[in-house]
Amino acid sequence: MSVQSGSPQTYTPQAFHRQAHDALGNPQIRSNFRRAMDGLMGKRRDAFGDWDVETLRELGANIRLRALAKLPDLLEQLEANCQANGIKVHWAEDGEHACRIIRELCEARDARHVIKGKSMVSEEMHLNAHLEDAGIEALESDLGEYLVQLNEQTPSHIIMPAIHLNTEEISDVMHVRTGIERTKDVDALTAAARAQLRERFMAADVGISGVNFAVAETGTLCLVENEGNGRMTTTVPPVHIAVTGIEKVVEHLRDVPPLYALLTRSATGQHVTTYFNMISGPRKPGEHDGPEEVHLVLVDNGRSNIYQDNELLDTLRCIRCGACMNHCPVYTRVGGHTYGTTYPGPIGSILMPHLMGLEATKDLPSASSLCGACGEVCPVKIPIPDLLVRLRKEAVGEGRGNVAGAGVKRDRKEVLAWKSWQWLATHPGAWRAGTGVATKFRTLSPSRLGPWTDYRTAPKPASTSLHALVKQHRREDGREDKQ
Amino acid sequence: MTPLKLYPPKPDKVYFFGTCLIDMFYPQAGLDGIRLLEREGIEVVFPDDQTCCGQPAYTSGYHDEARAVAEAQLDLFPEPWPIIVPSGSCGGMMRTHYPQLFAGSGRERQAEDVAGRIFELTEFLVHVCHVRLEDKGEPQRVAMHTSCSARREMGLAETGPALLKQLGNITLVEQARASECCGFGGTFAVRHPEVSAAMVEDKTQAIEAAGADHFVTSDCGCLMNIGGRFDRKRLDGNEGQVGGEHIASYLWRRTS
Repeated sequence: MSVQSGSPQTYTPQAFHRQAHDALGNPQIRSNFRRAMDGLMGKRRDAFGDWDVETLRELGANIRLRALAKLPDLLEQLEANCQANGIKVHWAEDGEHACRIIRELCEARDARHVIKGKSMVSEEMHLNAHLEDAGIEALESDLGEYLVQLNEQTPSHIIMPAIHLNTEEISDVMHVRTGIERTKDVDALTAAARAQLRERFMAADVGISGVNFAVAETGTLCLVENEGNGRMTTTVPPVHIAVTGIEKVVEHLRDVPPLYALLTRSATGQHVTTYFNMISGPRKPGEHDGPEEVHLVLVDNGRSNIYQDNELLDTLRCIRCGACMNHCPVYTRVGGHTYGTTYPGPIGSILMPHLMGLEATKDLPSASSLCGACGEVCPVKIPIPDLLVRLRKEAVGEGRGNVAGAGVKRDRKEVLAWKSWQWLATHPGAWRAGTGVATKFRTLSPSRLGPWTDYRTAPKPASTSLHALVKQHRREDGREDKQ
Repeated sequence: MTPLKLYPPKPDKVYFFGTCLIDMFYPQAGLDGIRLLEREGIEVVFPDDQTCCGQPAYTSGYHDEARAVAEAQLDLFPEPWPIIVPSGSCGGMMRTHYPQLFAGSGRERQAEDVAGRIFELTEFLVHVCHVRLEDKGEPQRVAMHTSCSARREMGLAETGPALLKQLGNITLVEQARASECCGFGGTFAVRHPEVSAAMVEDKTQAIEAAGADHFVTSDCGCLMNIGGRFDRKRLDGNEGQVGGEHIASYLWRRTS
């Protein structure tokens, strides 16, 4: 049963293998993810329909590349234009710094109750725990986040945080935590959550949201959502604090429609979301609603370090659609919690090593068959498989980059194995002799080869190598090699 | 949309890069690939000093070692002939990653030249040779597994099936989630054995559920993985397991 009792289960990237083992052996997890990911892949395919998706992806990639190329300037421009709009801008070096800024903003208003829209950056910096330690209650208002919070869990997907729970499990969680009757009626469950949340919006002192696109030229914060909770969070409480990573900036307002079109189609297969908010400042004199204060907290938390590297900076193109996880055969089988990180799946495996260091995350870049499905669907064409390989290179100490924990996987025995392989593969005579020996003594080849043969038979060397077969073939043809 | 690629006219001579997996474990597939090309009137040159494309070290992050091995292959193809590789995985390595590996080095132009002449076997048979196959085999239901590298890195999802569709006596069945990875991924299968096993188990079930009597693939990594799983299940006493082989062997066997 998913409802947590006692202390909530914690997942860590260090325990990836154990967590994967547990998830693979859990039929409920397996079927919940398989069904959900199959559905999302189908929706994405249908949503692009007869659109020229490759041209649109190219456009999206170029918009993001241009924004990143001008990132320092655009951030300054964003700050100036936000200030001109009455939005106060704060800069945070890391997650803890950002938490402190937000806590102090809350304390300045004597806030006890915070309502939150969905924000992965706030998950990244563990904002809720920080606020709770300061005696400030932070309640998630996105339905998925709300359920995950009720269940004392973390999101298992960046777009659909509670995708690991099915209807029955959700009913159980809500029954245990909020006292409603158990039901399989999705509408009834949603209505119950809505009723519970509605009052909390009214009572909240501060609303905290994320940002999907921060437009530099206008100082506008764009927020993409489906439930209206984002609009409530950013308009009902007297203070709105938007928090986002520094990479979310785009140059022009006209850059937003293509990215928005890509985001919704890639994420949930929607042509548009139910709500698209463009926030351009606090309530102005004479206006009847809107917050009195609007703040923007721009969080670095390792991003400017990624930015220093010409290859790795492609990681920062991400618009957080989650399509890479929806299409990942590994994520589909082990689910999001297994990764033990804020961002799971392929994007997590290329981003988290920068946020947590390779020591903690060393098993993530290798947790991919490099099948390329993630890179194929990425709306901004991040070369995810290449970046996974690049991080593997960093992990074994051949990357020469600035990733924390580089070299952590360098293992003397493995280095020796690759060096020996290199010697053999660069000495063709020895290679031919080697394959000759392997084929001669094929019956002696081990029938058990570690983990491979737990599930498969061991490959047996053939009786003749291709080198030898070709020679034989040439003799039969009556023509020796004449190269 | 797959980018348009301009294919050359059918040449008199080609190089054949057999790959290390075929050299050691599936040599018949290599020889059958050579025979398919020779039947098209092409002289096939097999450089005797070839070993491995370097991919296993490359995807493991050992790029210095991969580069040394790749460099040893670069000199094997001095004439401007196409280089045929019976694997999307090794072909993708040589076409896509060789230029990256040697970027900025004295070998850059040579690496780009070699990369530009790489063709995967089924790609070459379809787009350059325009082969016409005459099926002489018994009726059979066949599933094709196209490797992820052939499908995505080389953009060749269609060439394998296009060849099979020329075989008049077979029924090409499509397994559910045909484009999903089989779970091989080179060292992935060793580093994450349980996840890989879950993937290959799903793949074998899908092939079986499609009612296939046989499966073919154009990559020996996938063959070793999927075939090894079917064999293991057969040895464990499960009935109805499907046999498989490299598409080159299948095509040659049914048309010669």
